[in-house]
Amino acid sequence: MERIEQSFQSRVGQSALIPFLTAGDPTFEDSLQLFRALLRAGADVIEIGIPYSDPLADGPVIQAAALRSLSHGFTLPRAFELTAALRKETNKALILFTYVNPLLQYGYDKFFRDAASAGADGVIVPDLPYEESSPVRAYADAANVALIPLVTPTSGAERIEAIAKQARGFVYCVSSLGVTGERAQMSARVQDSVRTVRQFTSLPVAVGFGVSSVEQARYVSTFADGVIVGSALVRRVEESTESPSASTVSRVEDFCKELSQAVVGDKIHLQEKEG
Amino acid sequence: MSVQSDRIFPDQHGRFGAYGGRYVPETLMSALHQLERDYDRLMSDANFQRELNYHLKTFAGRPSGLYYADRLTRELGGPRIYLKREDLNHTGAHKINNTIGQALLAIHTGKKRIIAETGAGQHGVASATVAAKFGLSCTVFMGEEDMRRQALNVFRMRMLGAEVVPAVSGTRTLKDATNEAIRHWVEHVEDTYYIIGSVVGPHPYPRIVRDFQRVIGDETKDAILELEGRLPDRIYACVGGGSNAMGMFYPFLEDEEVALVACEAAGRGVDTTEHAASIHRGRPGILHGSLTYLLQDEFGQVTPAHSISAGLDYPGIGPEHAWLHDMGRARYVPVTDREALDAFYLLSKLEGIIPALESAHAVAQVVKEAPHMTPDEIVVICLSGRGDKDVEQIATMEEAPHGEN
Repeated sequence: MERIEQSFQSRVGQSALIPFLTAGDPTFEDSLQLFRALLRAGADVIEIGIPYSDPLADGPVIQAAALRSLSHGFTLPRAFELTAALRKETNKALILFTYVNPLLQYGYDKFFRDAASAGADGVIVPDLPYEESSPVRAYADAANVALIPLVTPTSGAERIEAIAKQARGFVYCVSSLGVTGERAQMSARVQDSVRTVRQFTSLPVAVGFGVSSVEQARYVSTFADGVIVGSALVRRVEESTESPSASTVSRVEDFCKELSQAVVGDKIHLQEKEG
Repeated sequence: MSVQSDRIFPDQHGRFGAYGGRYVPETLMSALHQLERDYDRLMSDANFQRELNYHLKTFAGRPSGLYYADRLTRELGGPRIYLKREDLNHTGAHKINNTIGQALLAIHTGKKRIIAETGAGQHGVASATVAAKFGLSCTVFMGEEDMRRQALNVFRMRMLGAEVVPAVSGTRTLKDATNEAIRHWVEHVEDTYYIIGSVVGPHPYPRIVRDFQRVIGDETKDAILELEGRLPDRIYACVGGGSNAMGMFYPFLEDEEVALVACEAAGRGVDTTEHAASIHRGRPGILHGSLTYLLQDEFGQVTPAHSISAGLDYPGIGPEHAWLHDMGRARYVPVTDREALDAFYLLSKLEGIIPALESAHAVAQVVKEAPHMTPDEIVVICLSGRGDKDVEQIATMEEAPHGEN
C-alpha cells in the first residue's frame, strides 16, 4: 500500500498518470509488452484490468478487450503472473481491476494473499458498493492491499463521507454518469465530487471514466491528484489487434507519453499540504 | 425449517439468507435506496393500492381463473389438476402484473421514461404495453439473437411505440440484454425508471417483483379454498429468473403441507453443456447485482444458458429461490426441452390450451409425477403464459428434417 502513496508523490505538485489496460489483451505476452510500454512512458500507477464475461461498468471498448483476452484463454491466476512479472521491473504501484464474481469464486482470502505476493498494491471492484464491501475489505486489509473505492456524481455527501472514511490507497472519482468509454466532454460535476471527497479524507483523489484526450487529461490534472485513462488506450490496442506488433506497442507508448507530459497539473492543494 | 413472517425477508440488507444483496456500480446505489424508500411508502398507501388493483382488474383482466383440467386429470390418472390461467391476462402472460405495478411506481416517483430488458419478448411487450397505456416513453433492450428468434414480439413492441435496442455483446440473449439495460440505467439513472422483469437484480427488485406477482398465489389460494375447501398438495411452476414461481409460491411459504415444485430448464439435459439449470449445475455467484446460483466456469466467468424457451434461457435465478432451495422449502427439478415439448402438445390437444413453452416445463413435471399420486390429491400448475408466441418456432422445428430436439 505504501507504494501507492509514493507513486502519487513521485511528481511533486503534479498529478499522477494512471493508465489502464486489460490483462491478456490480445494475448498474455502482448499485454505484458504493453504494460512495460506504459511504465517506460511515464505511468505513475498501473491499472491492470482482469477480463470478465459480464463487465457491467464497462463500455464497448473494454468489453471487447475482455472478450479478446478470454478468447485467448486468459484466466484469473495469470493476472497475478503478469503482476509479478511487472513487479520485478518497477516500484510503481500496481492496481488490479476486477468484477466481484471472479474475486468471490477465487476466494476473497486467497485472492488478496495472492495479489499481495504478486506485488499488487490495490484492488478496484466496480460492482462492489460500500454496503457490500466490509467482508472484502477485511481480507484486503489483512493482506495489506488497498481496496480502492469509487464515488460518482450521484453519490451525495453522506455516502461520500462513509466511502471516503473507509477508503484505502486513493479514492476513484467517476467523472460522469455511465460506463467506461471515451467522451467528447468532461462533466464539470466531477470537480464537485473531488471537492467533497477532500472534505473527508487526505488520501489522493483520482478521476477516471471518459478521460480520452491529452487535453482532457491536462484539464483533470488541474484539480485531481491522479488521472485515469482506460478506453482511449485500449482502443489503440484494438485498432491493431489484427496483427499485434511493435507498432501497437509504440502507438500505446507514444500516447501514454503525451498524457504523461500533459498531467503537469496545477496542484495548489498538494503544495499547500507540503508547505 | 421454517419460513417466518411474510415481512421478514429480504432483510434490511436485501438478503434472503446469504443470497441477494446489491452488487452494482456506485452510480446506482442512491437510486436503489430511493426506490426502496418510495416503494415502502407507496405499498402502505391505500390510494396506491386501490390504483394498482383497479388497473389489474380493468386492464390486465384479473383475477385470472383457476381451471380444472378434467381431461388432463383423467389422462394422467392421478391427482386432480388445476391450472392457474395467467395465460389469459392481457398480453398473454403473468408479466403484466409486474409491469403495471412498476409503471405506477415510475409515475408516482416522477419518472416519464422506462427501460426494460427482455428475453423472449414477453416482458418487453408487457413493458411497452404499460408505457403506451400510461403515456411513458419506453426503451427495451433485447439480445440480437433473441430479436431474430422472436421477431414478432419485436414488431409488437414497436407497434406499441417502444424503441427496441439490440444487445450485441456476449451471447446476445437475455443475460446480455440485462447487462445493456443496467449500463443504460447507469447513464440515465436520474430521469429513467428501470422495470426489471423477474425476481432478479439488486435489492429491492427481487422483493418488488415478487410482491407484484404474489397476486398469482393469493388468488390461487382463495380459489382453491372455494373450489376444494382445502389447500393443494403440490404446486408447480417453471423457473428461469423465477417471477411466476415466486409470485405463486410466496403466499404458500408458511403452509408447510403444500409442496412447492419449481421446474428448471434442463435444455438438452443437465449432463450436457446446453441447459439453463442454475440450481442443478450452478453454484453461488454474482450476476446482475445479486448473489445467487449461477452457471459459471471455475474462475467465475458466466457460461451461456440454453433452453428451448427463450424465457428460461438465463444463467441465474432469483436470490429468493436460491434460499428456498437451500432451506428445502421448494423442490427444484430439471425438465428437458423434449419433455417440455411433449407437454406442450399434450395440453394443447387435451385441454384446448396452448401453453407457453416456459409453462410447458411445469406441465411436463406433473406428467412425470401424477402417475405416482392418488385421485384424492390436488395439484395446481401455474400456467404462466400462452403459447401463441411459440407456434412459429415450433413449426420451424417440426419442418426440419431431423428435429432439433
